[in-house]
Amino acid sequence: MTIENSWQTICPTTDLIKNSGVCALLANEEQVALFQIGNDKIYAVSNFDPFGKANVLYRGLIGETKGEVYVASPLLKQRFYLNSGACLDDDAFAIKTYQTRVTDGKLEIFG
Amino acid sequence: MNTQAQKIVVVGNGMVGHHFVDEMAKHAGYEITVLSAEDRLAYDRVHLSEYFSGKTADDLAMTTPAYYNEIGVKFFTNAKVTHIDKAKKVVTTEAGKTYAYDKLVMATGSYPFVPPIPGKERDHCLVYRTIQDLEDIQASAKTGKVGVVVGGGLLGLEAANALKELGLETHVVEFAPQLMGVQLDKDGGALLRSMIEGIGVQVHTQKATSEIVDGEECVHRMNFADGSHLETDVILFSAGIRPYDNLAREFDLALGERGGIVIDNYCKSSDESIYAIGECALWNNFIFGLVAPGYTMAKVTADNIIGGEQQFTGADMSTKLKLMGIDVGSIGDAHARTQGCKSYVYSNQPDQIYKKIVVSANGKELLGAVLVGDTSEYDALLQYALNGIELPENPDGLILPSSGEKPTLGVDALPNTATICSCLNVTKGDIIAALDCGAIDVGEVKSSTKAGSGCGGCAALLKKVTDHELAKRGVEISTDLCEHFAYSRVELFHIVQAQQIKTFDLLIEKHGSGLGCEICKPATASILASVWNDYILKPDHVSLQDTNDVFLGNMQKDGTYSVVPRMPGGEVTPDKLIVIGEVAKEYNLYTKVTGGQRIDLFGARVDQLPAIWKRLIDAGMETGHAYGKSLRTVKSCVGSTWCRYGQQDSMAMAIFLEDRYKGLRSPHKIKFAVSGCTRECAEAQSKDIGIIATENGWNLYVSGNGGMKPRHGDLFAIDLDDQTLVKYIDRYLMFYVRTADRLTRTSVWLENLEGGLAYMEKIVKDDHLGINAELENQMQNVVDTYQCEWKTTIESEDQLKRFRQFVNSDTVDNNIEFVTERDQIRPAQGEEKKYGVQIQAVDLTSA
Repeated sequence: MTIENSWQTICPTTDLIKNSGVCALLANEEQVALFQIGNDKIYAVSNFDPFGKANVLYRGLIGETKGEVYVASPLLKQRFYLNSGACLDDDAFAIKTYQTRVTDGKLEIFG
Repeated sequence: MNTQAQKIVVVGNGMVGHHFVDEMAKHAGYEITVLSAEDRLAYDRVHLSEYFSGKTADDLAMTTPAYYNEIGVKFFTNAKVTHIDKAKKVVTTEAGKTYAYDKLVMATGSYPFVPPIPGKERDHCLVYRTIQDLEDIQASAKTGKVGVVVGGGLLGLEAANALKELGLETHVVEFAPQLMGVQLDKDGGALLRSMIEGIGVQVHTQKATSEIVDGEECVHRMNFADGSHLETDVILFSAGIRPYDNLAREFDLALGERGGIVIDNYCKSSDESIYAIGECALWNNFIFGLVAPGYTMAKVTADNIIGGEQQFTGADMSTKLKLMGIDVGSIGDAHARTQGCKSYVYSNQPDQIYKKIVVSANGKELLGAVLVGDTSEYDALLQYALNGIELPENPDGLILPSSGEKPTLGVDALPNTATICSCLNVTKGDIIAALDCGAIDVGEVKSSTKAGSGCGGCAALLKKVTDHELAKRGVEISTDLCEHFAYSRVELFHIVQAQQIKTFDLLIEKHGSGLGCEICKPATASILASVWNDYILKPDHVSLQDTNDVFLGNMQKDGTYSVVPRMPGGEVTPDKLIVIGEVAKEYNLYTKVTGGQRIDLFGARVDQLPAIWKRLIDAGMETGHAYGKSLRTVKSCVGSTWCRYGQQDSMAMAIFLEDRYKGLRSPHKIKFAVSGCTRECAEAQSKDIGIIATENGWNLYVSGNGGMKPRHGDLFAIDLDDQTLVKYIDRYLMFYVRTADRLTRTSVWLENLEGGLAYMEKIVKDDHLGINAELENQMQNVVDTYQCEWKTTIESEDQLKRFRQFVNSDTVDNNIEFVTERDQIRPAQGEEKKYGVQIQAVDLTSA
């Protein structure tokens, strides 16, 4: 069974934690790590750490290098850019990214 | 024939024999065969005593069959050579096998000399040389209470330490009037004796053993020539070494009058094709009983075989070591035997320090030195002596306590020929060459020169020389924390303190740039916690913490957490133990006892953590900070309350200390232990702070470490009362918290600290910097503002919201799966997973 991609309402934006992460479950059971950077920028990437093979990325620390924001996996510290999903430490890996938007104070993800 | 490889046969595989193999194997075109009479390949005899402190034979091994295979060396153990045919150039082993050689290298070593005393062959009369000997000693110690070492030299005292560590009442019997007569003068020997007696080893000098007979209370009675006697269960002979030269004797190589294969400057024996190296070799009528000269001989021999011109021209026998926690150093002419020489002596009886330097008649050269109780000047003095560096006008300044200006020997003054690492014979010039070849830091210098890989005693000097040379090349050694802060951790600590900064946002706005990263955020969080001790999950702080601190548990490989309630000193009531068991059962957690004397429950999902902790806290427990860079545990034995050997109440002290320092955030984790007597059941000497009870109070050890790079703690102070002990720990720890780099344990911190242990003693004991009151106040503030982070967390609705896997669902992560092993859970791996992995990574390589 496949589920068509669509905009899914996740949660009020007040449930996000500034400069840190929470995790959302999509209809197709994909887990998405959500990060609010500063007061309004929101990123959504896969929650699955392809190195540690566990659903943990939303619990990673947020870092910035030369203006680009990334999350460092809490397991073995590999870093992934939040806008592209590319891994800074190993070219062969990247994580999936998702589009987000806010409607009436509610966060929506396309997935 | 010219094209055939030259055959090199090495007899013996001790440290020196192995070093020769390593040197020789660097050159192609040689077929190397090692014949060893022992049943194992080379191991580290210098650190043999560590076998008793937990090192295994494997830890001590210097090579492995696999390594020899890899470098193409043939080797045979249990292959004792019994015949040499010098004319045909063939050796034969006991088993009758023959090996032809072009060059034969004798590295047969030495054996312990056992004086011809009637009764010396009785049971439990042993020597201290091989791993087998140690196993025998261990077995004998189990059946006895008293042990005697015959011989008060360097090795004898190491053997005595081993007996003491095995729990025996220990005696040292020495024929001469003093201990360590080779290395120390009379006064140095006398101080060493009183210090050794102070830690419970009894010393008997000027005693000649005339016979060993049956004892009345112990196994043996040793009768001495002066009519006195001593009863003991175990006797270790450590009365010097004798070269293994019987092969050479039998097959007509030139020997010294008292044995030893005579060698020339090329390490060649009287036969053109036979070399001798190490303790079986006699050079200039001298046998070198240290490993460094043996290594030099090995190098010279290999060089000579390939046609080089290197020569062995003697070796420096200076030595620095720690015997039973006592620092001892000896350089060159320790006995002031050089004609016309003059001595300077500094003696401090209350602090048990004795230092002497011997200078040349004209006062310009350092000839020798004796250091007991404090060897902090050893490195500098050795460089003066070895390199003939001209002494300052008042040489006594080199050993006087530094009340005023102390003449210091900058590394710049060292000539390129100065030996930095004497074990591996690495000079300052070698280090410069390594830098020329592209090494960029100490680590790379170490791996390319091997400096520091012997005894490790040169680590500080090696770093100084490297850093100095790098600085000379204009390489700036950056101490910046990361790209967001152009400050070191120490500097940030001062900024936070001086400017009363309480949040990361303010710190980065005023003193940094950008948004921060996974390096500066937790480092700042730790500094803020050390200084202000706020709840670490306040909204201002939560985004700075590593996941372990965010969820107050140790994240495991599958994303679950472990749960560790505090159990101060390892003490737990049955009721609490039952609750822990009930929780583990209810939540199906893998349960294991930790090395820190408490219980670890594994496999808790993030959403289960609050409920688990509520149960534990309701039962009177609190967080164990097993997840934090903070105080972990204070390990303890039961001490004088239960143990018949206990000197003090180690249990009460451990609980007091764990309660005092729990929650202290620091650059890295901190472990303590308190032992109730010198048997040291709590293993305090391997801890950051180690305390061992004495008859009169507590001995304090600092900066020990187990783990990746084990280090014995340094004895910092002795016989402290309770109050002084706590003050010293307050000051020591808070100074560490203030000044260490991030993720640096106290062991590495101390080793890199300029001035090292002596400097810390000045600060903590003499208030050298005048900051002790401040350090104590700061610590008291941390103690007074302690809170159980888990209690605060479960009482806050806002905090509890974070403990859900999904912000939009109450389901759980189906990628966390367990299987059963030995009646408990463990994470499912690979194909064991039923649901498998839901989300795959994007493969960029195929995109």
